Amino acid sequence: MSLAHDAHVTVRPTAAVQGSKLRGWPEIDNPAAWTVAAILLIMPLIANGFFLIEIFATALILGIMALSLMFLAGYGGMVSLMQLTIAGFSAYMVAVFGVSGNANISLGWPWWLAVPMALALATMFGTLGGALAVRTEGIYTIMITLAIGAAFYYFTNQNWAIFNGHTGINTVATPHFWGVNWRADIPYYYIVLAVAALCYFAVDYISRAPFGLALQGVRDNPRRMAALGFHVNAHRVAAYAFASFVAALAGVLQVWNYGQISPGSVSVAACIDILIIAVVGGITRPIGPFIGALIFVLLRTFALDFLVKLGLDGNRFRLLIGLGFLAIVFWSSDGVIGLWQSWRQRQRSGAVSSSGRRGRVSGRGSGQGSSHG
Amino acid sequence: MTRFVERHPAWALIVIIAIAVALWLIFAVWPQGLEEAIGRKRVFLNAVFNGITLGGLYFLVASGFTLIFGLMRNVNLAHGSLYLFGGYVGYAISASTGSWILSFIVAFILTALVGVLLQVLVFRRMEGQDLRQTMVTIGLSIVFADLMLWACGGDFYQIQTPNWLIGPVELPLVTAIKSSGEPVYLRYPLVRLVIFAASVVIGVAMWLALNRTRIGMIIRAGVDDRDILAATGVRIQLVFVVVFALGAGLAGIAGVVGGTFQSLSPGEDIRFLLASLVVVIVGGMGSIPGAALGALIIGLAEQLGSVYIPTYAIVVTFLIMVLVLAIRPQGLLARR
Repeated sequence: MSLAHDAHVTVRPTAAVQGSKLRGWPEIDNPAAWTVAAILLIMPLIANGFFLIEIFATALILGIMALSLMFLAGYGGMVSLMQLTIAGFSAYMVAVFGVSGNANISLGWPWWLAVPMALALATMFGTLGGALAVRTEGIYTIMITLAIGAAFYYFTNQNWAIFNGHTGINTVATPHFWGVNWRADIPYYYIVLAVAALCYFAVDYISRAPFGLALQGVRDNPRRMAALGFHVNAHRVAAYAFASFVAALAGVLQVWNYGQISPGSVSVAACIDILIIAVVGGITRPIGPFIGALIFVLLRTFALDFLVKLGLDGNRFRLLIGLGFLAIVFWSSDGVIGLWQSWRQRQRSGAVSSSGRRGRVSGRGSGQGSSHG
Repeated sequence: MTRFVERHPAWALIVIIAIAVALWLIFAVWPQGLEEAIGRKRVFLNAVFNGITLGGLYFLVASGFTLIFGLMRNVNLAHGSLYLFGGYVGYAISASTGSWILSFIVAFILTALVGVLLQVLVFRRMEGQDLRQTMVTIGLSIVFADLMLWACGGDFYQIQTPNWLIGPVELPLVTAIKSSGEPVYLRYPLVRLVIFAASVVIGVAMWLALNRTRIGMIIRAGVDDRDILAATGVRIQLVFVVVFALGAGLAGIAGVVGGTFQSLSPGEDIRFLLASLVVVIVGGMGSIPGAALGALIIGLAEQLGSVYIPTYAIVVTFLIMVLVLAIRPQGLLARR
């Protein structure tokens, strides 16, 4: 164990320099990524309103929430089940501070005041939850964050003064400015796309920035990082703060999408859905959650018709999701991305390329640590 | 106990004072001023008894959860599904045969069988991979929840209480003094008292089995160090299966209990999963006495909270969890 680590330290710095020269910005030389980006940009020309909002915008929003979980789980090694709760909290705050049909609760602030407030409060909420969760490790994190999520769900159900009980808050106003109704299908799609792209690149950037590298170091070996002088728990809490902000953004988009928020949208099952999305997509890179979200939304929307066509009961959508999730967990440790990659590798039948890539990734991961230490 | 007093004299004093105040509140006849301030004594006593009996139910669910976790490091998030499954089985048996006792036996056996199948078919294949096991239990809980929704629908079910347990009993606790001078005693449903007594008996039996028998010794050794235990020649896989069966069976029994004095419906699985999570976080993972203490605290907090601060009851439960995590992250009675 210690020998291997010492060997790494001596080898790594050169590999790190090479790695950073080879790949400065993500996927800039990848034609597939450019194609996907172009298709997403011209999507309003291809798809009608239903597909645009119900499939793509919804998938992107769920993808952002799952992205925040992926950031915590993939880079920080902390599986948090409360990401949807943070998003839901932010959505509730938008409804409470902004304009809605429940005038006795909503304060009626304009959106440009209510949204930053909601983002700040939700980030604070998530950071506090994270500060609690980092007091324990590994498997306990799941339990504590699940308990937080469930407690929030029951609290929104019981509390009428702020959260309006189980009916929730309805007809939440959406922004109109510069003469554009931003909830109309096409502008709204572009807002969601812009936020999703922003979050994606932010996560991708942070994963290479000193903070992200230190976080990955904390994930792999907390004691060693502590010995190197890093404040392990501070890094973890900071990761929670960033992930909470991402989730809070998704929450704002979600409440604008549906125009209402109720305890049903922060239920425990929904919290677990986010985990499913991230795991099915793959939690080692930022693109995974979006793929997972697209699969999830497509299944959720079309499973009913599909099952009925096969002559089965159409209401068994969750059974299908659960079985699919089980299959992914059983056969692939890295979701759909992992399956696709192993398939590609078999096609190329080149074990060399895979080992080369792995070396580069770990090289980048360590270079930072040794320069700090 | 004496060591605790020696090491934390201030805490010990606070605990003793709290116990004394609680005993006085339960046994004394409340003076007029107190009744005006916080309401009738009958309400308070009812909340306390509801809390204690609810704690008994939580203990039944959480003890299986904590037992499985302690030995196998497997956070079984499908534990709530086992609870609900046991409840539905119990309902089916008691509705068809009319026997309440039989429904316990069948529910225990069937859920234990499900537990054995889970351990043999699923968890044995991924031993040592904590996170993956937990993910699998999440997937299983979704599948089970949907299968049960399919089979039983979304209706509420309540298991029929047997005739010999229906009706209240009078307890020797004075709730008030009538103007004529004769005392009014507390009346409380017999079935809840019986169920609470049964959960105490089960808890004591489990404690005895763990601390006084050979299999209990093996299980405790496994909790401490699984690898060394396997190296000494114990058939550890068999121990795992037995413990998983016992833990699952306890969840099944708890399902029948919960179906008798509350009701069964989709969503109860998650409620009881949450309850057992909070109970074991408060009490300490893998500790049976910890589960008992945690269940008592959470049950009381929930019931007293729902009487005195109705819209914030869940927050009280949650605050207790936060407080424990802040002061003693490993749980109140955990050894490590």
